[in-house]
Amino acid sequence: MARIDSVSELEKYRAQLVAHRDPERKAISVCTSGCIAYGADKLVDAFRQGLKARGLDDKVDVKTTGCHGFCERGPLVVIHPGNLFYQRVQPGDVDEILDETIEKGENIDRLMFHLDDGTVMACEDDVPFYKNQKRLLLKDNSSLDPYSIDDYIALGGYGALGKVLAGMKPDEVVTTVKDSGLRGRGGGGFPTGVKWESCRNAPSDDGVRYIICNADEGDPGAFMDRALLEGNPHAVIEGMIIGAFAIGHPGKPQGYVYVRNEYPIAVERLGVALEQAREKGLLGDDILGSGLSFDIRINKGGGAFVCGESTALMASIEGDVGEPRAKHIHTVEAGLWDKPTNLNNVESWANVPLILDRGVEWFTAIGTGDVRGNPWGGSKGTKIFALVGKVNNTGLVEVPMGTTLREIIYDIGGGIKDGKEFKAVQTGGPSGGCLPADKLDLPVDFDELTKVGSMMGSGGMIVMDEDTCMVDVARYFLHFLADESCGKCITCREGLVQLCSIVDRICEGNGKPEDLELLDELSETVSEASLCALGQTAPNPLRSTMKYFREEYEEHINEKKCRGGVCKSLITYSINDKCTGCLICKKKCPQQCISGEKDKLHVIDQSNCIKCGVCMDVCKYDAVDVN
Amino acid sequence: MDDTKLNTILDKHHRDPAELLAILMDIQAVENYLPKDDMKQVAKELKIPFSKVYSMATFFATFSLEPRGKHICTVCMGTACHVRGAARLVDQVQRDFEVEAGGTTDDMFLTLETVNCVGACALGPLMIVDGEYHGNMDAGKLDRVLRKLKKQDAKE
Repeated sequence: MARIDSVSELEKYRAQLVAHRDPERKAISVCTSGCIAYGADKLVDAFRQGLKARGLDDKVDVKTTGCHGFCERGPLVVIHPGNLFYQRVQPGDVDEILDETIEKGENIDRLMFHLDDGTVMACEDDVPFYKNQKRLLLKDNSSLDPYSIDDYIALGGYGALGKVLAGMKPDEVVTTVKDSGLRGRGGGGFPTGVKWESCRNAPSDDGVRYIICNADEGDPGAFMDRALLEGNPHAVIEGMIIGAFAIGHPGKPQGYVYVRNEYPIAVERLGVALEQAREKGLLGDDILGSGLSFDIRINKGGGAFVCGESTALMASIEGDVGEPRAKHIHTVEAGLWDKPTNLNNVESWANVPLILDRGVEWFTAIGTGDVRGNPWGGSKGTKIFALVGKVNNTGLVEVPMGTTLREIIYDIGGGIKDGKEFKAVQTGGPSGGCLPADKLDLPVDFDELTKVGSMMGSGGMIVMDEDTCMVDVARYFLHFLADESCGKCITCREGLVQLCSIVDRICEGNGKPEDLELLDELSETVSEASLCALGQTAPNPLRSTMKYFREEYEEHINEKKCRGGVCKSLITYSINDKCTGCLICKKKCPQQCISGEKDKLHVIDQSNCIKCGVCMDVCKYDAVDVN
Repeated sequence: MDDTKLNTILDKHHRDPAELLAILMDIQAVENYLPKDDMKQVAKELKIPFSKVYSMATFFATFSLEPRGKHICTVCMGTACHVRGAARLVDQVQRDFEVEAGGTTDDMFLTLETVNCVGACALGPLMIVDGEYHGNMDAGKLDRVLRKLKKQDAKE
């Protein structure tokens, strides 16, 4: 692959790529991001072998793409041209797809998406899950091969970089990003352009400035950044190069991507993409003849949630344990190795090329508020959410800022699983809060979520139904954070452990009425006296559940009752008259405390039951109740 | 780990103390855990205190200071998996194999680990056994997966 030495050469190269591409060429795109968990890699092998056996392997491409978003229906396959959408495809379906769809052009009804009324949806764009979204960052994921820089360039990739290097000054780029109102997608919502400006203006004696991409996506139940890195790594790289130019040119900008070790595919694809960008001269010395020199290294995290915090992340890159430090001096002035350092989240970086390519006016037309003259005045652009939990359509959802929770959960998410009742939605990960049904019409943006005691966070959105115990949810997050606390501040280290023990005893039926007041008081201390955002926001899940679901706490304490049927000490299992006497639960009970004969109603001996729930899990007749 | 192997790893990372995390990851990838002698050797070669190596190894969840079992069973404890009953899966493995989360069975057959989220929330609750994902788990399925594993081992 030849190096590209100028912006005009880049455009020439792109024109060549486009001219050589046959828009009618058949391609089978298989999601190999989250769908790997469904066995999509076996599906890819089956397609490749099947094409070879038919002598079609040089006529039809098999693309291993990033996440298409509709994880609920995986493994997902899209067939081009025409964007024919097949869902829940198994290796056993491959021969039929090749014979019918690829060779004869026939659609296979069984694999297509059906609405409840039987209407068949042929393309991704028709399916309600996709139709109600605004996919700017994720749109190329179902056609783009993340292993091919040519795919990215053919779709217009690195065009924004070309535009910047050919005709803009670094200051102009900073102003553009500032005017766009882009705010940090990692959760803080700090205006990206303001950060860039501070970092650019901070003195550096040797001209070194660090440009960091925070891909330590640690919020449980969130995988947007993973999808971007696995599906479209070059978009993130392009954003970072533009950032390096805006913040560090002329000078010596250097880049890092700090990525979770739990995302091996993201690490691999990013590594390949960086190598390809270097070969093309898009990274390295004198990028596109502009004089800009910039390269990016990958640092893998070691599974510590706190490393998503900027100063902890920088400590980890420096080779230390990931402990945060006080930010009396901001990292934009003295961050990594005491140099001016600009850190943005993956999704923020991926937005940068879009903004530079299409302009401020286009970007600010999407979203809420007014950011003219005040970058904090609104939330602009789209946001990707990981819509998960007890919702019908689990997946990645990209919507304009300001979309309501109801639109996301019901119009896109298809409502609650198994016809159950909605109870709460948790946003913002362990730093966020749980919002009840009366907040469903809340427009989702940075400021609205904060007002009601939650936060945007990185975009996890966990839906909970009537079978979820809100005290248990608070307990889950408190234990998570107590485990992940780095231990530096005593209020976080010890305070969280105390909060855990109080909530534990409430869940075990030993709560006292005065515990609620104690929880309030301790929560305040933890959030006031901790150094970093982990500690400061740690009580949020507890506080928001105590605010919106106080009656559940009171029931646990006063009536020893868990309405979600989750807290083991407060529930009992029993067998109802739907029991057919199949003996399965009796066989599987680890305590052997179920008695009964074949074809006769079984009974659980409560004195021996450890409430493990195995009987309920294995019963095919819905005959085990939790009380 | 013999000296040549360790030196290869150290050289790959330019013997740079800033790369300590990556060096320890590479050692664990070979050894399945972090042997104490290797950690001591790393400290000596990088000219940093052993306490620093030890603090890294204990700070990051990815490291194990004990040898891990032949099979690794990882239960995802992300929020989506939690609300779908992941804790029950952990309980079940703990009960059936007499092993604590983070521990290994006495016969070194199985290590039970938990992870905060693997980003495959549509499949929750989810368990990964030796790198293979098993989604939408319940008590019956878990039983089948692990029984199959035992059976395979008995054959070998």
